[in-house]
Amino acid sequence: MTVMLAATAALLFGAGTYLLLQRKLSRIIIGLGLLTHGANVLLISAGRRGTPPIIGGSSTADFADPLPQALALTAIVITFGVTTLLLALAYRSWLLTDDDEVQDDVADRRVSTDDAVQDEVEDHQELIEWEELL
Amino acid sequence: MVFLLLLLGFVGAALIACGRRLGTRAFAVGAFPMAVAFVWIASRLGTISNGATVRQHFTWVEPLGLGIDLRLDGISATLALVVAGVGVAVMAYATCYFDDDAPDTGRLSGLLVLFGGSMLALTMSDNVFLLYVCWELTTVTSYLLIGNKHTNPRVRAAALHALLITAAGGLAMLGGLLLVVQDTGTARITSLLSNPPNSFSAAAVTLILLGAFTKSAQYPFHSWLPGAMAAPTPVSAYLHSATMVKAGVYLLALFAPIAHGSGPWRVLVVAAGVSSMIFGGLRALRQQDMKLLLAFGTVSQLGLLTILFGIGTPAAATAGWVLLIAHALFKATLFMIVGIVDLRTGTRDARKIPPLREGWRGVEVVAALACLSMAGAPLTAGFVAKELAYGAIHDLAWGGPLLLAALAAGATLTVAYSVRFYWCTFVEPRRRSSTEAATDPTRLFAAPAAALTSVAVIFGLAPGLGDRLASASLTGFGTGQGGVHLAVWHGFGLPLLLSFVAIAGGIVVAVLLPGLEPVLAFGSRVPNGGEVFLNLIRGVGRTSTKVTATVQSGSLPVYAAIILSTAALLPAGALLVGRAPVVLPPIGGPGEAAVLALLLASAIGATIVHRRFAAALFLSVTGYSMAGLFVISGAPDLALTQVAVETLSTVVFVLVLRRLPKGFEQPSSPRRRAVGLAIAGAVAATVFVFALVASGFEHDTAVSDQIVDSSVPVGHGHNVVNVAIVDFRGFDTLGELSVIVAASIGAVALARAGRRNAPARQESGHPSSAPRLAFVDVAARVAFPVVLLMSLWLLFSGHDRPGGGFVGGLLAGAAITIRYIAGGIDEVRRRSRLRPWTVLGSGLLLSAATATIPLTLGKSVLDVGSTHVDLPVLGDIAISSAVVFDLGVYFAVLGMVLMAFEAFGDTPQERLS
Repeated sequence: MTVMLAATAALLFGAGTYLLLQRKLSRIIIGLGLLTHGANVLLISAGRRGTPPIIGGSSTADFADPLPQALALTAIVITFGVTTLLLALAYRSWLLTDDDEVQDDVADRRVSTDDAVQDEVEDHQELIEWEELL
Repeated sequence: MVFLLLLLGFVGAALIACGRRLGTRAFAVGAFPMAVAFVWIASRLGTISNGATVRQHFTWVEPLGLGIDLRLDGISATLALVVAGVGVAVMAYATCYFDDDAPDTGRLSGLLVLFGGSMLALTMSDNVFLLYVCWELTTVTSYLLIGNKHTNPRVRAAALHALLITAAGGLAMLGGLLLVVQDTGTARITSLLSNPPNSFSAAAVTLILLGAFTKSAQYPFHSWLPGAMAAPTPVSAYLHSATMVKAGVYLLALFAPIAHGSGPWRVLVVAAGVSSMIFGGLRALRQQDMKLLLAFGTVSQLGLLTILFGIGTPAAATAGWVLLIAHALFKATLFMIVGIVDLRTGTRDARKIPPLREGWRGVEVVAALACLSMAGAPLTAGFVAKELAYGAIHDLAWGGPLLLAALAAGATLTVAYSVRFYWCTFVEPRRRSSTEAATDPTRLFAAPAAALTSVAVIFGLAPGLGDRLASASLTGFGTGQGGVHLAVWHGFGLPLLLSFVAIAGGIVVAVLLPGLEPVLAFGSRVPNGGEVFLNLIRGVGRTSTKVTATVQSGSLPVYAAIILSTAALLPAGALLVGRAPVVLPPIGGPGEAAVLALLLASAIGATIVHRRFAAALFLSVTGYSMAGLFVISGAPDLALTQVAVETLSTVVFVLVLRRLPKGFEQPSSPRRRAVGLAIAGAVAATVFVFALVASGFEHDTAVSDQIVDSSVPVGHGHNVVNVAIVDFRGFDTLGELSVIVAASIGAVALARAGRRNAPARQESGHPSSAPRLAFVDVAARVAFPVVLLMSLWLLFSGHDRPGGGFVGGLLAGAAITIRYIAGGIDEVRRRSRLRPWTVLGSGLLLSAATATIPLTLGKSVLDVGSTHVDLPVLGDIAISSAVVFDLGVYFAVLGMVLMAFEAFGDTPQERLS
């Protein structure tokens, strides 16, 4: 780990976080990509630096730590899968609304602003039936 | 025993799955395993009656003390026999009760069998946790059975009511049992009974009793039982009179011998029992619906059973034992009769039942015999039970006279509602001048009720038959064998006097019923727990709406902000509190600086630009810079993979982003931006400090060193990273492959859903409408096989040199991409005859098979074998099972790329309607 690497990871995390807080799905996806890069920088720089861990070349004592590499490798590929899935969400959003903006959930909004929802809960059919049963 | 339970479970599940076509024959099929269970238990009665216990043990989760322990002793055999025997009768009855074309016969029959199995398992379980599981299984099956006509909201409400109360009681019981297990250190019921603690804590006793009271519908938790009458009558006859409601009583019978002296046990048992007995009886007298009359009668009888089994003397338990059997027999019979009346006349309302004439004579005799037994008339099993009960309570050292009076009052009410039931169903309607005539019931329909009643009559005339089983059921008291002698006649004495007082009084009450209305009304006014339940439910609804309204704003940025700031502030707090020392590591070299500068510049670019394409391109530059960082960090595998991934994801980005608007309209408000920046800054600062602090600590390199050392001897490979992925961490990789597969399927589903009817196939016949460029075409044709071969080389050499399945698969995906660029999705489809999901799935299957096949050979997961093969072009290749595993990875990753084209590739511009 060097100060520069730490700063890079921090900046990648910060930029990723900022993008995650946006409403456009494509920005969120890009944010997630940056966040993953940040995580991989942390992972890879946590281990010892050195020569590629391939037996036969240099001495094993000079090897870079293979463990974080193995972790990061799968992380990279998984990120591709996740990105594809999120892009599919954006694509679907485009199919439905012509845009990839994540709208507020209308039902949730109604619960917090509309008294009718409260009444609906109070007058739930099961409750009425119970009242008659008891 | 396990075989029996498995048989019941299997037949039940099979009936639910495919019993639809059987019609009412489904019940005949369902009767079979119950009959097998009955015969098996009966065949063990000889052994059990001698005081022996049949046991079976299966190991399950040994470290947690969880095992499948089964036992069959006197009391459990008694209840099991009732469950299986009444089960057969109810199934036979159900074949006539339902129409052949009724829609749910298979489901109903299967659920009844499953219930029977759970109930048998409950009686047989020798482990308190197993007991609890079976207890809740009966609750769930009961819920499903009550809610059979789920389109009716009232039925749903009744089912839910029963579920909530009994399941809550079950949880309370679990709590009590846990306390007991903690105190005694054993979960085995037999060792608990043979080695009881000196006393149980008040909390444990109360909780266990809560379970028993809710299940056995005792005041004030009885309110679910009348509601449960919404179930079809065979269900009521089986679950809600004969068996499930006895589970609570059974629990009392198990624990009373060792717990009756502990804490509030006796007080609670007597309070609940007496109030259920009296109020249940009073309410039974007011019902016009004959089925409800029986339901409240059940509450009342269960009250008596609670007292008898709960107070914990052998004499009372003997009385309870007789009553348990007698009640199951007469109450199931009476329910069946109500069902017959209801079905044949269309009503079970006392005011509307039409005259039941000659054809009903047989049913009437059966009903009369059952009513006599319920009323406790001499020469019936009910009489034997009542006599024993009076005797047992009379001998009680405490509260005898008072309790005796309560018992007599309860018995009087029982006689009264028995008379009323018979009168209102059979006598009264004949006195009305009604021309309506009821259809006569067939003999087959009445046969199960008659069979149960004949058993009851035999038992009533010769109760001595049960002597040995009854005394075996009392082993919990440590009284030894042969202590019980059941007799028809107990001689003259107080019990006989009370019996006759109750009978005479009951008849008087029944005759004077209209005049007693005010007294009866009192019974209905007693607070009954239903209101409390209702308010509780309403309160839960109100609170959850409030919480939802506060917590769930419905805005993604708000949620993300909460999650991310928590993620930043919690570790930051920990770092501050822990006063973690920050040791400044080296600044870093110039080569590093160059790579990182590019990385950071592109990351910032991706964040601030307002065009989608530009942002995506900046992101790929970031990715390529990451590859550069991997190179200088000594991670060539990572660099290769990163480059491949970055290329492919740029392509996928382009495929999607070309649909979307070019820029992001509506720039966010300054306030929003400030909040975002603050959170981002907090996250960045935390990560920075965390990274510096973490770098100050010594690393334990044991795992890494071991991976390096055993790479060649164990993993047969020289590329340590690849060996780690396909071998040491292979199981993990397998999990990651499943994530990839799931994500790919999800992507295709999301992109394609709702387009099934669109003419997607049409265009695959035609050449793509886009003009094709000759030089691109030629280049693609040349490059495709080269890149594909390259990917295979990476795959096979990856075990010893940089490469491997991940990067190989990605490169193969890149080869496909080249074809896509040349000719669109048609070209891709034409080149690869395999559908994307086939490639994807076979990759996962291949890896999973390689991982698990060593298991079948008695080795551990992913235990690799290896052999070297010299292939042309590809050179010397180590063929080990790890390579096969890597091949699976290759195909899964290639499948993922193909799936991405499938999802986003060109199709006609069809839109969702």
